[in-house]
Amino acid sequence: MDDHPTRRSVVLGTLAACASAASAAAADDDDPRKEKRPQKGDLLVFAEGDREGQTITLADIKLGEPPVHAWPKDAVNAIVRDGSRLNEVLIVRLDPDELDDDTRPRAAEGIVAYSAICSHAGCPVTAWIKASEGNDDVFKCMCHNSEYDPRRGAQVVFGPAPRRLAALPLVIKDGALVIAAPFIGKVGAQQG
Amino acid sequence: MTITSTTIKQWLLSSTVAFTCVAASAAVAGPIENYSPVTSARLENPEPGNWMLYRRTYDGQGYSPLDQINTTNVKNLVPAWTFATGVIEGHEAPPLVNNGVMFITTPMGQVIALNAKTGDQYWRYKRELPEDLFQLHPTNRGVGLWQDKLYLATTDDHLVALDAKTGKVLWDKKVQDYKKGQYLTLMPLIVDGKVMVGGSGGEFGVRGYVVAYDAEDGKELWRTFTIPGEGEPGHETWSGDDWKSGGGSAWMTGTYDRDTKTVYWGVGNAAPWPGGLHPGDNLYTSSVIALDPATGKIKTHFQYHQNDSWDWDEVDAPMLVDLQRDGRSFKSLIHPGRDAIFWVLERTPERINYVSGWNFVHTDVWKGIEPETGRPIVDPAHKPTLGKRVDFCPSLWGGKDWPSAAYSQKTRFVYVPANENFCGGFTGEKLPLVPGQLWLGTKAEDIGLTVRPGADHFGELQAWDPASGKKVWSHNFPKSQLFGSVTATAGDLVLVGGTNDRMFRAFHAKTGELLWEQKTNSGIMGMPVAYEVDGTQYIAVQSGWGVDAQRIQDALSKGNTGLEDNVPQGGVVWVFAVKK
Repeated sequence: MDDHPTRRSVVLGTLAACASAASAAAADDDDPRKEKRPQKGDLLVFAEGDREGQTITLADIKLGEPPVHAWPKDAVNAIVRDGSRLNEVLIVRLDPDELDDDTRPRAAEGIVAYSAICSHAGCPVTAWIKASEGNDDVFKCMCHNSEYDPRRGAQVVFGPAPRRLAALPLVIKDGALVIAAPFIGKVGAQQG
Repeated sequence: MTITSTTIKQWLLSSTVAFTCVAASAAVAGPIENYSPVTSARLENPEPGNWMLYRRTYDGQGYSPLDQINTTNVKNLVPAWTFATGVIEGHEAPPLVNNGVMFITTPMGQVIALNAKTGDQYWRYKRELPEDLFQLHPTNRGVGLWQDKLYLATTDDHLVALDAKTGKVLWDKKVQDYKKGQYLTLMPLIVDGKVMVGGSGGEFGVRGYVVAYDAEDGKELWRTFTIPGEGEPGHETWSGDDWKSGGGSAWMTGTYDRDTKTVYWGVGNAAPWPGGLHPGDNLYTSSVIALDPATGKIKTHFQYHQNDSWDWDEVDAPMLVDLQRDGRSFKSLIHPGRDAIFWVLERTPERINYVSGWNFVHTDVWKGIEPETGRPIVDPAHKPTLGKRVDFCPSLWGGKDWPSAAYSQKTRFVYVPANENFCGGFTGEKLPLVPGQLWLGTKAEDIGLTVRPGADHFGELQAWDPASGKKVWSHNFPKSQLFGSVTATAGDLVLVGGTNDRMFRAFHAKTGELLWEQKTNSGIMGMPVAYEVDGTQYIAVQSGWGVDAQRIQDALSKGNTGLEDNVPQGGVVWVFAVKK
């Protein structure tokens, strides 16, 4: 074996390893559309609970209730995009008057949606809790205590997270929540 | 200089290639010349100037025989060099040293090889972590050393072998599936060419294990689950299918008795937390197991406490100490537990016997210890249960969490990084297990850290005489937790960081007098080491705050402690020498 591989062979080898990893990941899933990030026109379905998999409507999201965890769903092909945890979404209804200027256009009847993946270490954001600093309820990641205010574009209001949660614009169509545009902002954790 | 379009194009192309896939990228400043292979003989009897195992020696004592830096000259300790890792989060690894070469690991799966004398970099390995990885504990506690290879356990649950001279990947094995909450943070333990690691994931409903790989080619040799399966001894301590998701993670490096060829490995909490959700003693959670490194067979065990309900991992492996006590000499295991009990046990090739145990910080959980069996007697009023809030002392983080205690062969004292006056509590709740999701048996937001009324300090560096069970001295930290490993040296020094004021400190091992301190860039969670190159002794430690030290700081800042949540992050290797 050559102890001093050429740069070309190293690069090719590395690329081959990447390609191999990518194909292995794809092979784990029957349909790549399940891993695809939320698309314009997708519906949203409950990710957990008794109504898991059912379409989320305007009436399902009530003011004053905790966030609902949801998956996007390709409505045309009836494919729930639960093939990647990076697709999980938090949905909560707020008083439209509390939303800031960036958030209001993305909301539908005060309902806002964000990525459920903390931007710090990639944990799921699971809690809806009174903010550490202030009186409003906020999203909280219980891994390392980062908090996000959904009224202000899910900006970080406590903890180590480096940036806000990615936002998912919504509209209402025929009474159902529909995704109006792909994620705004990066989904997932920082990497060192 | 004029930048032509060709130049720009070439730059773009090379950038594209460089960023296409950064797996195993290494900024190579040059391979290491004359690297000293690491052998069984060297690990069993390491040169005084080296630190090649997690606690320097297989017995886990965390003791250096170097005494050039000592109680008389430590006041003249000054930085010799520093090195910024460029990484945030908790830097928990000891700077490992093998004949002038230092290996650092950082969070996010990086390994850096440095010249231990000058701080110059030889190479750096960066693992490309999956984009959907979540890290409850973004950290790493060091690489295992064997022959001319290094072994890195990663948070995406792989074991990676590197060429020690170049940082090049030699092999890469998937250990378990990170998507199910299984991950690795520990420094592998290597015995006779077998690389042993244990899994994390006690908060995700895993079934813990220790696994051994062939150091040469990465072939899996054996895998021993810490929770016995059907038909195995100890299985009867579980009900129904609870054992399948009962926790028992094993995320700290074991210790090793070379005379009996026995590895002692600490086992973590039962899952989910409230004991009512997994009735029974729940072997081998919150225990130490004695493993045959050749086969993985469990020779014997000792369970520190039964039916764990407090998240009290007992993963920190016991120290092996030859002890004289009660008029006899015996080979002991010493373990200041997360359960607030200072355990003194006797190890024989066949058994682990209870010798003595006492509370080293305040606890309201134990009414006593059964003298014959060493079984602690629980006060049910302070044992978490379902549907009712239960408070208990110490907190979830225990009397001493994973940061290591040290034993000085000169003073024969044990030095414990303890936390006093903390309590906790939660309401147990039966919740469904979702693979890859936190599964605590309570709502995470319900978990509390409280300070006992009248508390005048939190962190407490303690010196105990294990022969008599008496506390010799203690140093209290009025405004900080103590969350860092301790190292003792033959210079009668006890070295520790662990406080939120970013200090690194040296204490007099006999008296507890604070002899020296240095403010660093961040808080120190890592392990101090002592080493020697070309006749000069150095002290090294990584400063880089995060993970559970940060979590405690968050909790304290919300209480009425007057503390702020403002400890900066960012890793730096600090190396000190006596000013000449």
